[in-house]
Amino acid sequence: MARLIRTEKEVEGNYTEQWIVVDEDALDQWPAGALQTVGQPAARIDGLQRARGQAVYTADIQLPGMLHAAVLRSPHARARLTRLDLTRTRAAPGVREVIGPGDSHVLSDEPGYHGAPVAAVAADTFRAAGAALALADVDWELSAPLLDPDLAIAQGSCVSDARIAERGDIERGLSEADAVVEAEYTTQTVLHNSLEPHQAVCAWEGDTLTVYISTQFIWGVRDSVAEQLGLPPDKVRVVCEYMGGGFGSKNGPGEYTYIAAELARRTGRPVRCALTRREENLATGNRNATVQRLAAGARSDGTLTALRGEFVNAIGFKGWSPSTGGPMELLYACDNVRVVEHGAKLNTPPNAAFRAPGFVEGTFGLECLIDELAAKLELDPLEFRMRNYAHSDLVDGRPFSSKNLLECYRRAEPHWARREEVRARSAGPWKHGMGLASQVWYGGGGPPSYAWIRIGADARAQVVTAMQDIGTGSRTAMAQIAAEELGLPLERVEVSLGDSARGPFASISAGSSTIPSMGPAVRAAAADAKRQLIEIAAQRYHLEERVLSLRNGHIVSADGGSWPIEEITGLLDEGQILGKGARGPNPTGMRTLTFGVQLAEVAVDVETGEVRVDRIVAIHDVGRVINPLGASSQVEGGIIQGIGHTLSEERLLDPHTGVVLTQTLDAYKLPTIADVPEIVTELVDVPDAHLTNLGSKGLGEPPIIPTSAAIANAIRDATGADVRSLPISREEMLRALRETRERSSRRAEPVEAPAS
Amino acid sequence: MVELRVNGGSYRLSAEVGRTLAETLREDLGFTGTKVACGEGHCGACTVQLDGVPSLSCITLVHTVAGREVTTIEGLRDHPLVDSFVRADALQCGFCTPGQIVSAAALVEANPEPSRDQLRHAMSGNLCRCGAYPKIEEAILTWRD
Repeated sequence: MARLIRTEKEVEGNYTEQWIVVDEDALDQWPAGALQTVGQPAARIDGLQRARGQAVYTADIQLPGMLHAAVLRSPHARARLTRLDLTRTRAAPGVREVIGPGDSHVLSDEPGYHGAPVAAVAADTFRAAGAALALADVDWELSAPLLDPDLAIAQGSCVSDARIAERGDIERGLSEADAVVEAEYTTQTVLHNSLEPHQAVCAWEGDTLTVYISTQFIWGVRDSVAEQLGLPPDKVRVVCEYMGGGFGSKNGPGEYTYIAAELARRTGRPVRCALTRREENLATGNRNATVQRLAAGARSDGTLTALRGEFVNAIGFKGWSPSTGGPMELLYACDNVRVVEHGAKLNTPPNAAFRAPGFVEGTFGLECLIDELAAKLELDPLEFRMRNYAHSDLVDGRPFSSKNLLECYRRAEPHWARREEVRARSAGPWKHGMGLASQVWYGGGGPPSYAWIRIGADARAQVVTAMQDIGTGSRTAMAQIAAEELGLPLERVEVSLGDSARGPFASISAGSSTIPSMGPAVRAAAADAKRQLIEIAAQRYHLEERVLSLRNGHIVSADGGSWPIEEITGLLDEGQILGKGARGPNPTGMRTLTFGVQLAEVAVDVETGEVRVDRIVAIHDVGRVINPLGASSQVEGGIIQGIGHTLSEERLLDPHTGVVLTQTLDAYKLPTIADVPEIVTELVDVPDAHLTNLGSKGLGEPPIIPTSAAIANAIRDATGADVRSLPISREEMLRALRETRERSSRRAEPVEAPAS
Repeated sequence: MVELRVNGGSYRLSAEVGRTLAETLREDLGFTGTKVACGEGHCGACTVQLDGVPSLSCITLVHTVAGREVTTIEGLRDHPLVDSFVRADALQCGFCTPGQIVSAAALVEANPEPSRDQLRHAMSGNLCRCGAYPKIEEAILTWRD
């Protein structure tokens, strides 16, 4: 019977309550540890298609009669159109349609950031569209852009009200401390730069709009587009079979989808709107810069008494203010905490979610602060963290559904014990050191999410669900889960995904939620099909259902009987066994979080400021691991993005005009293969006993969170310098070293002049 | 008119002046395995081989390659590197992967047992935003296994 229940759901730290329908009995979790398929390393089931260049990405869609759009973007950070004459643009060769402000809600005559869309052209080729745009006659009236986040807050220019979170009495906590550290940390604006540029192809067929799009959320695009265009949701079909990276920047339809849809409606032809790399670096979102004014206090025995943070998120012209103070609230058992977050509205390109938004930035500040405090108290940083371990969630007094951070710390100990040996490698200008940092994040996923399974006469199974695989390997993980439940070898399971017309609703691939949201639905669907197979087999072989199970492609009975599954499914000829499953509720009254610790070994050339990361050890607790091979790839990828964030990546603006200076992959420094250190990955791999029929949490975001603080703490260990500003360029490194030298030489000076 | 040799086949087509090799391969000949991620020669996703040498097809004019042998990922589908990339999990989203394999194939052709440093030098022009680098390294070091 279908039961209506209410459950709590979280995406990127935002909690909502929602109704869900549960109509099957909850399955018991599998026993912990590696199973037949789940927990075993598996190469990607779509790896060959991707590696051979056969996978069709949105960028590869070519429809008959398709036109190409180009977008006129504001060259100014804050301006008003005084004249827009598109006559010459319309008359240019190959042009089929031109739209401007007033023709689409995403085109503006008063742009508030460099790169804001103003007008668009559809032409026979992308080149013709671009050439036509160059003929637009445009006059602007410029205004001084607001670029300083502190000034914006002082003037009340905010994207939302300040968020204040408080427990205990922060002033009392600071007064009870034997040592207090106060410091300001800053982080830079970072760009996603996924390699497949943001794009959509829109094609109208009668009253139905098909949107081929590189997206992290097929259903979100469907609903947003339908709502904006006033269509019933099922009149919008969204397709994304292969997807070339998003990292949070492809959670919604984006302006390009609306531009393509409008141009397609007007021309009656399919229209592609694809951004160039330079547009990617302007107008597809970013990890916003932050200013963090932090204080921490502790007693001499290492008990934290106070954590205080004022966070200014430099959001941009629009966007949302991520929880930069979240780690400060969640990571430690501190009774007195006060967090204030501001989201500054500026004349800069809007932010977007970027792999653990807020927590990456906030963990840099918090975990450097904790190390500075430990140093002041002359305590070991790892011991200091273990002493302030949070056994329950102190934000609202809930138990954790599972937490194995202490086990992560224990596993870190042998690596941490190397630090004397690492420091002893220092020679000449190269100073070596080690640092660590902890990680906390969400990643429990939630309902609703659904999957279907069909099994044919050949006893091959197909998982059908309209989810997307953004490159994280979710297609493979879903196949492993279905194979495990059905007792089938992995090569007999296919996964059909990527099309809203071809399967049920599926979760967003963001917030580390794909596996914890989709995995349980796939397992439930497989269990439904398995139940039917066993019922049929019991009738066929005159056995009781309870003595039958599925293993290695066979129906197996407790008394030793074994029959290939094809014997049963083969009876059906063209008939199919159909299973369906849904993601069940989240555990009531519990907090589901992911945890981890990373240790960094670095070398710093104190003469040139060059920082080299030699080794990162990553130990994370995300519940049960479905595919250890894919999981280690996720960890490595997160760490490498974290290294870019720490050392080289920065979007630069002209400080007077607000114009974006770093628009190419030459100017914006992504890590290359030559920048990669040795990476050691360990996953605790213990199922969360309270979370779903799998006990799995998400792993996409956790690995990027502690990397920058671990590296900065290792730099302090190596050189004594406090690096508090990202990226740690050579210039910043040399500045921090100079500051340290000046501080120690001041200390060395006698307080009073010696008597002569 | 331009005459092209791609993956052993011959093609005659008309291309406007200024058309790039990447545009021709993808849009005229249907070799969409070659990806364009930056369009200005900074990322390596569009790498093809010209007479065996890795080249950036997004900044190569199609009229300059007449008479030369163009090899795209479609011409390397049975190369052992394809399997070693899949086996090592040396790809995530896969958008840079064809370019990585085309570069790596030229490397191992010239130097079947590259050292880690040689490999890093040869592959540093192929960006991967997902960060598959450790496994790309492993895939190239184990390509003959």
